[in-house]
Amino acid sequence: MAYALVLVELANGRPAASTGELLAAAARLGEPAAVIVVEPGTAGEVAESLGALGAGTVFVASIENADTLLVTPQVAALQAAVLAAGEVSAVLVGNSIDSREAAARLAVRIGGAFQSDAVDVTAGAAGILVTQQAFGGSFTVTARAAKGTPVISLRQGSVDGTAPAAAGAIHELEVTGDTAVGAQVTARHEQTQASERPSLQTADIVVSGGRGLGSREKFVLVEELADALGAAVGASRAAVDAGYCEHNMQVGQTGVTVSPNLYIAVGISGAIQHRAGMQSAKTIVAINKDADSPIFDVADFGVVGDLFTVVPQLIEAVKARKS
Amino acid sequence: MKIAVLVKEVPDTWGDRRIDPSTKRVDRKGDLVIDEINEKSVEAALLVKEANAGSEVTVVTMGPSSALAAIRKALAMGADNGIHIVDDGLVGSDAMQTSAALAAALRPGGFELIITGNESTDGRTAAVPAMLAERLGLAQLTFLRTLSVTGDGVTGERMTDEGHLDVRASLPALVSVTEQIAEARFPNFRGIMAAKKKKVESLGLAGLGLPADETGAENSWSVVEDVAPRPARSGGTIVKDDGTAGTQLADFLAAAKLI
Ligand SMILES: Cc1cc2nc3c(=O)[nH]c(=O)nc-3n(C[C@H](O)[C@H](O)[C@H](O)COP(=O)(O)OP(=O)(O)OC[C@H]3O[C@@H](n4cnc5c(N)ncnc54)[C@H](O)[C@@H]3O)c2cc1C
Repeated sequence: MAYALVLVELANGRPAASTGELLAAAARLGEPAAVIVVEPGTAGEVAESLGALGAGTVFVASIENADTLLVTPQVAALQAAVLAAGEVSAVLVGNSIDSREAAARLAVRIGGAFQSDAVDVTAGAAGILVTQQAFGGSFTVTARAAKGTPVISLRQGSVDGTAPAAAGAIHELEVTGDTAVGAQVTARHEQTQASERPSLQTADIVVSGGRGLGSREKFVLVEELADALGAAVGASRAAVDAGYCEHNMQVGQTGVTVSPNLYIAVGISGAIQHRAGMQSAKTIVAINKDADSPIFDVADFGVVGDLFTVVPQLIEAVKARKS
Repeated sequence: MKIAVLVKEVPDTWGDRRIDPSTKRVDRKGDLVIDEINEKSVEAALLVKEANAGSEVTVVTMGPSSALAAIRKALAMGADNGIHIVDDGLVGSDAMQTSAALAAALRPGGFELIITGNESTDGRTAAVPAMLAERLGLAQLTFLRTLSVTGDGVTGERMTDEGHLDVRASLPALVSVTEQIAEARFPNFRGIMAAKKKKVESLGLAGLGLPADETGAENSWSVVEDVAPRPARSGGTIVKDDGTAGTQLADFLAAAKLI
């Protein structure tokens, strides 16, 4: 059977959270195999854990100081793995900025059909079918490669299940692709220790705050509600622009797309570009003092009122029910 | 320094955006505008030009004849000249094909710096900048929220899902910017008048040297099998706070088994 290659991102030497899901998706498309970029001599332990997640083979690109180069080591590793694997049914990567760009460059290099931000992949008689969403979930599009190897980035949280554990046998790659023509990473400012809160992309419940919160200090109210519910925290662009929270919390057209079970919009008007990032949530709740806010057009339950009285009462009621 | 800035004409995000069920492509019959991220890309290019005397900014777009308006907007902001890639044979191009056409147009220009938006608001594929860097053999510094360019190098902060990275590369390089990069300036009357006289070169398949059997929807790398619109949401229960709305909301969540 042909290999379905998965580019595995490593965080502190361990496979990133998306890995199990990617290998589960790969198992639908071929023989799941992992591709990793590591410092020489450090592949052993990772390979073992990748085997447990379903990788029969682990293609290892040992590249010195790879984490000081942007994207190019991963492209070279994927290219070498495609060559070593012989027959490849698909290449799967996570939809992070880094992995998606590595996949895009790989597609050019090997002549592959690049399909971005898939929410589902299946193997059928006509080939591999990829499901994507357009305009923030307003349309669902199903497509397949017309030629070349499918190179697919998969949105986190879209495929359920796991692949059966496999050998995780190491196959050292000969990396010949040029990794030097790239940008250098001179410093990392990333929060690597896992936060107490679930991640925005995959959370079951998301509580988002908007300009209605009024200040960074008062935005804490949104965080308190999120913590009472065990939810992730999101925000509107106006809240991000005003500095109430970090940019990677922005939900919408130019931010993250979320589709949780429950989305609570606090002090958010519901501009069309915000709705583009959350309208596929199963249940939508809105709290806003302006009854004419467009957010109420998509809300399953809306409260017209002052968030500074409604939210504290809600937090108390939630806590009371939980205890 | 020769700077190219890439812009795209997209359906206005304020409007009702659709995929045409017959062509299975983005419906372009509604209002079309220069993508907001590209107004910011042009601003970034103009700031680099202002910091590096003797620089020239070329606006590049690929799109139907209407896309000329996006170029004019960028010229009115202060860019110096334009390249419009336009050919019926390019209609329906995917990211791979678009990057090939852009690479063909940019290669002979010998640009030292190419600036793009991080992702368009219609496609959101966020792949063309990386593909273009690959095709042109350039260092890519994508998703930058800050950008500084001097004679021999580019530095900036690259957004990631967990924070940001400081990155650098020597020129020539390709940069993509995020919406934090800068607020775009408004074209003034003088700029708008001057834009009408600035030179815009039109390039078709022949000028690009692209074979016709590789371009356009028929030669796309992927085939769309199906397009389905999501059913519209119907409005729900709206209550006006009478002092108990917070409790009512908790009741609703409990009844729906959400807490
Ligand atoms: C190309 C483009 C891309 C964009 N991308 C995004 C995106 O990704 N995400 C995004 O969110 N936006 C995006 N926007 C911006 C969008 O158009 C809106 O400007 C933004 O969503 C507004 O944020 P907001 O609802 O927090 O602010 P506002 O629209 O100012 O709404 C604040 C709301 O708070 C309410 N309020 C105020 N005080 C209280 C109170 N005490 N109690 C209760 N309610 C209160 C007000 O009634 C109001 O409805 C984009 C715009 C463009 C043009």
